[in-house]
Amino acid sequence: MTLATLKRRQHLLSYAKKQLDFLNQPKESGEQFTSFESKLNQTGLDPLKPTKIDIFQVNVGYMCNLTCGHCHVDAGPDRKEIMTRETMQECINSIKDTDISTVDLTGGAPEMNPDFRWFVEELSKINKRVIVRSNLTIILANPKYNDLPEFFAKHKVEVVCSMPHFTRLRTDSQRGDGVFDKSITCLKMLNEVGYGKEGTGLMLHLVHNPSGAFMPGSQESLQKEFKKKLFDAFGIIFNDLYAITNLPISRYLDYLINSGNYENYMQKLIDSYNPDAAANVMCRNTISISWDGYLYDCDFNQMLEMKLKDENLQHIRNFDLEALEAREILVNQHCYGCTAGSGSSCGGATS
Amino acid sequence: MSKKTYYNAEDLNKFGNISEFSPELGKKFFDYYGEVFKEGELTEREKALIALAVSHTVQCPYCIDAYTSGSLEKGATEGQMMEAVHIAAAIRGGASLVHGVQMMNKTKELLM
Repeated sequence: MTLATLKRRQHLLSYAKKQLDFLNQPKESGEQFTSFESKLNQTGLDPLKPTKIDIFQVNVGYMCNLTCGHCHVDAGPDRKEIMTRETMQECINSIKDTDISTVDLTGGAPEMNPDFRWFVEELSKINKRVIVRSNLTIILANPKYNDLPEFFAKHKVEVVCSMPHFTRLRTDSQRGDGVFDKSITCLKMLNEVGYGKEGTGLMLHLVHNPSGAFMPGSQESLQKEFKKKLFDAFGIIFNDLYAITNLPISRYLDYLINSGNYENYMQKLIDSYNPDAAANVMCRNTISISWDGYLYDCDFNQMLEMKLKDENLQHIRNFDLEALEAREILVNQHCYGCTAGSGSSCGGATS
Repeated sequence: MSKKTYYNAEDLNKFGNISEFSPELGKKFFDYYGEVFKEGELTEREKALIALAVSHTVQCPYCIDAYTSGSLEKGATEGQMMEAVHIAAAIRGGASLVHGVQMMNKTKELLM
């Protein structure tokens, strides 16, 4: 089944404000969900402040060859938002003389940005650790992408790729028919150039997002399971598994509402609030940059159009690391997704 | 019409409240419970599947809800979960049938 993006369908949830309104409305019973801000307050974390910015996460565009059911970006083939080379250059200028160690490239399918390879090459020149969040299947989507594994290896790019489950059924139900088989082929291609293999320094991490209205289990336990199943069945190896909770926004929010799971899922996130996870949320060491150069506390806030609180800091052309590290992070009800259970971040569990 | 039933799904979230009337025993139970489900000789997924099967045997709707979610969270497949339920069914069926030996013994004792 291929989904159209919410934006293409002109769905109400394609508007950030409507999503925020929904997240803040009472339950059917009239009772309010506990606010995330009050939970933070109870645990001494309000207002939430950064620790130190170490990760510069750049969303280079919302275009994607897939339309996965859980996508918080509402990415898809019809999304045209794309970062220009000029904005990429502004990003490079901003961070080249800082001790920000990591640039995390995301999308959509970041590889579909026509300046993607140029950006990676320039980031390599200034000695940043580069991570690409790949959907895997892009490698097979067009012959011009077939050499991506070699390109990644040449620049020692760390590959973090989606693989919701080690079974075809569970993966395809989230990401679309045929995605599992293509992903397996692409993982083999990455293994062939050295990814996941000891001694190569080429890191390959898989991302598990639950294919439904439940939270991920123990990351450590799931990693063992994924490693065994993928190796036994396909000979695939990888370094780490990141178990990431689906946040109730965009297409996943639409799924939760349509399947009648929204209230239970939200309540489960709230009941599973973990202060240790809250203390280690990724927005405390990450800054997110959108395709048009605006700054956000995280990729989720970006999708909800929650720009930084201080107007003077909102665009990359005004990049000021010291001021950013002193800022106040904006939160809302979706933030429960990062603080539930073992915690969730782009690097997996946080506690 | 009253919506009240003996089982309310919302009560599953109140499981921790059983400590209210007896905090010490409640704590001992939850400490034990937590230890039992930690990964050991068996993986967390295997333990969740056993719990799912037992839930069907003791016919506890709360446990079935909890360990269906728990099994999914730990990466179990639909096939594995259904096999676990069949194990419960086979044991329940077998447990009745094995008493048939008692019935047969008694029958043979009573008949000429």
